[in-house]
Amino acid sequence: MSSIAKKTGFGATVWDYITTVDHKKIGVMYLLAGTFFFVLGGIEALLMRIQLMRPNNDFVSAGFFNELMTMHGTTMIFLAAMPLLFGFMNAVVPLQIGARDVAFPFLNSLGFWLFFFGGVFLNLSWFLGGAPDAGWTSYASLSLYSEGHGIDFYVLGLQISGAGTLISGINFLVTIINMRAPGMTYMRMPLFTWTTFVASALILFAFPPLTIGLALMLFDRMFGANFFDHTMGGNTIIWEHLFWIFGHPEVYILVLPAFGLFSEIFATFSRKRLFGYSSMVFATILIGFLGFMVWAHHMFTVGLGATANAIFAVATMAIAVPTGMKVFNWLLTMWGGSIKVTVPMLYALGFIPSFVAGGVTGVMQAAAPLDYQLHDSYFIVAHFHYVIVGGIVLALFGSAHYYWPLMFNQMLDERLGKVTFWFFFVGFHCTFFVQHFLGLMGMPRRVATYGAEQGLDTFNLISTIGAALMAIGVLMLVINVVKTAIKNEKVGRDPWGDGRTLEWAIPQPVPFYNFRQTPLVRGLDTYWIEKQEGNEEGMTYAEPLGDIHMPNNSILPFIMTIGLFIASFGALYNMDADKPWSIFLLIGGLSILFACMFARSFKDDHGYHVHVEDILAEEERLYGKKGGNN
Amino acid sequence: MDVNKEFTAQTWPDHPEQATLEGKNKFVGFWLFLACEIVLFASLFATYLALKNRGPASMGEEFTTQSLFELPLVFAMTMVLLTSSLTSVYAIYHMKNHNFKGTQTWMGITVILGAVFLALEIYEFNHYVHLGFHYTHSAFSSAFYTLVGTHGAHVLLGLCWITSLIIRNNKRGLNLYNAPKYYVAALYWHFIDVVWVFIFTVVYLMGAM
Ligand code: HEM
Ligand SMILES: [Cu+2]
Repeated sequence: MSSIAKKTGFGATVWDYITTVDHKKIGVMYLLAGTFFFVLGGIEALLMRIQLMRPNNDFVSAGFFNELMTMHGTTMIFLAAMPLLFGFMNAVVPLQIGARDVAFPFLNSLGFWLFFFGGVFLNLSWFLGGAPDAGWTSYASLSLYSEGHGIDFYVLGLQISGAGTLISGINFLVTIINMRAPGMTYMRMPLFTWTTFVASALILFAFPPLTIGLALMLFDRMFGANFFDHTMGGNTIIWEHLFWIFGHPEVYILVLPAFGLFSEIFATFSRKRLFGYSSMVFATILIGFLGFMVWAHHMFTVGLGATANAIFAVATMAIAVPTGMKVFNWLLTMWGGSIKVTVPMLYALGFIPSFVAGGVTGVMQAAAPLDYQLHDSYFIVAHFHYVIVGGIVLALFGSAHYYWPLMFNQMLDERLGKVTFWFFFVGFHCTFFVQHFLGLMGMPRRVATYGAEQGLDTFNLISTIGAALMAIGVLMLVINVVKTAIKNEKVGRDPWGDGRTLEWAIPQPVPFYNFRQTPLVRGLDTYWIEKQEGNEEGMTYAEPLGDIHMPNNSILPFIMTIGLFIASFGALYNMDADKPWSIFLLIGGLSILFACMFARSFKDDHGYHVHVEDILAEEERLYGKKGGNN
Repeated sequence: MDVNKEFTAQTWPDHPEQATLEGKNKFVGFWLFLACEIVLFASLFATYLALKNRGPASMGEEFTTQSLFELPLVFAMTMVLLTSSLTSVYAIYHMKNHNFKGTQTWMGITVILGAVFLALEIYEFNHYVHLGFHYTHSAFSSAFYTLVGTHGAHVLLGLCWITSLIIRNNKRGLNLYNAPKYYVAALYWHFIDVVWVFIFTVVYLMGAM
């Protein structure tokens, strides 16, 4: 079988994407789906800010506000930030390490569909009786007593998309362990690959506690189990522990890849080797490790006792040390470099003060006695938005500009990009800086409104104005994407001119097999080395031109996910006594799932070979007679 | 390397499960999956320990670990499962020596022992339920059935998996495509066994004391 004979047309394209196992296309799908959920979460945020714009507002009801704030948090963390990062990991990491695909292409596709349908399932709750309303942390003392099916949508939706995340995490770990090109030793891996590696390890160890927590919650609500019900001997604090044992590593799962992306951007646009590469690697690993030691800083006020609080406070403060190492390394990368302030670099420059501010408030909260004041106030909201927006979202936007040419062979408009940045950046600080003071003035988080006599109006109004500025920024980014797509100007290889790592050495558009010959990696920043030595090819090859082995496309991941999706509806409605038909949904959905698994294990899938003459034909099709390396 | 190539005992590689890139990926990926399973069970163990013997205020001495568990039965289950781990070792030993018949036979015996274990577990659960120790009886009962039942579900999954491996490959013999599959299935079986050792110790032995 050869995939070179391509069909065209809309239906064929859709089919191609649904069945694809190509990491580049899966990366694009993650980007699309993540953006969709990001916009959704953004709209929820805007509605909340409108409600909080003035005191005693009744723009939305208190109950609806709870649903908004729950869905905003859940969507942004699980369905926007993570998938968008996964999009870049998929698009970039295999190219950075010189691989033709990930280790498990089939599972890669399955992971994407599980995430996507988990997200769709969760959001369908809006139309099917109400969204979850117990906060993104869904503390059991609230969620067990939440009416309707909102919480069940939360539990089942996150269970599905969490399974997808876990699969992707294992996939990236194995890819990075086994599929590196010859010469790509661990200490020559670009920093984005390193942070992907560590973040995947965190996923591996952090998601199972969430899985268990969600399962116990499901059993409590569905089968009448008593894990969190204190009248039956249960303990609601167990949920908090399980959630935060997942939850704190989760924030590092998000921020480490963002660090990696910024490390690439700083080195590229300072036109200098990343300062302190090995200490960056060390800091990444250390942060990953410490990330598991600090979860109880979310529970200082629960009453774990002074000793526990003291230990977790010190452990939390310790994380600031490796994080500080990173910040200084970025600064010293720029020091003496020949800096080019492109849009990605602008985002990187904006990131440093914003993220540092978030880190400083983090250390403040880590002081347990002070946290008794700060906990559950707007100060916390300010803190985590400074690290999440100032760290992760800036990284996502910056990398969208940085990697756009790699993914789409087009360059986003730089001028519009700079205007976008300023709107978003100013809007971000305007929204969240004042929230520190709102917190200190006593405004609790997760409230639907506040009184006129409390003196909170001005700052809340400023905050809402900032949110509008951010929304304008996001809109401009979308316009930029559309404009660039219409202009459709191809840019070719190494469009920034300063690419250092392997992904920039590949001719554009990247052929579906990535590398015609496996490259030989000769050092850190291998493409830079080749360029310095005047190698027109951009790569030294580790093998002669030969047949390439590639995985087959498959529709099974999509069907499996649909099966699970149907089964989840069955499980959800099975809790209602008046819906006996739901059991058929459950059984039917699971049958589809198991039938697919059966088909997968009984039908061998050996992949196929792309022969040398097919490779040459494909290169001529993509680059014309002169080849792609010029 | 062509994965469908026919081998003899002489040409068969020393580590057939890792002779291809796909095999190597499976090998590493499966170990990582087991790491994740360990955390999964650790969470369940922690929950169980927190809720052990906890129930509504009205709960008496009747349904505590001391009065409920019957160690002889559980000991028999332990022996059966440990033996099944040993038989799966034999299966992999034969797989490495390219003795397909030996592999299939010992895998078959593993499945039978696993099924016996599962039957005993169902009997045990059934017995408790008849005593009135339902899933919804108390926090303790929920935690107990969830921990031990999750392990039981893993056993069931392992049985289905190994059985379908045996059936699927019965006609074609060993090659580098299915050798990693046998290998990781055996690995999974060992893992289930190790988890049971912990359940036996933490739930039953420490419970009966
Ligand atoms: C030096 C680094 C950091 C320290 C010392 C720190 C410390 C803390 C502490 C002590 C809390 C609990 C406050 C409370 O609820 O009373 C907290 C909350 C939070 N932090 Fe951080 N943090 C740090 C970095 C980060 C990063 C990098 C992220 C995300 C990328 C993050 C995301 C969050 C979130 C989401 C919450 C609130 C969770 C919730 O209650 O809903 N933090 N942080
Ligand atoms: Cu935390």
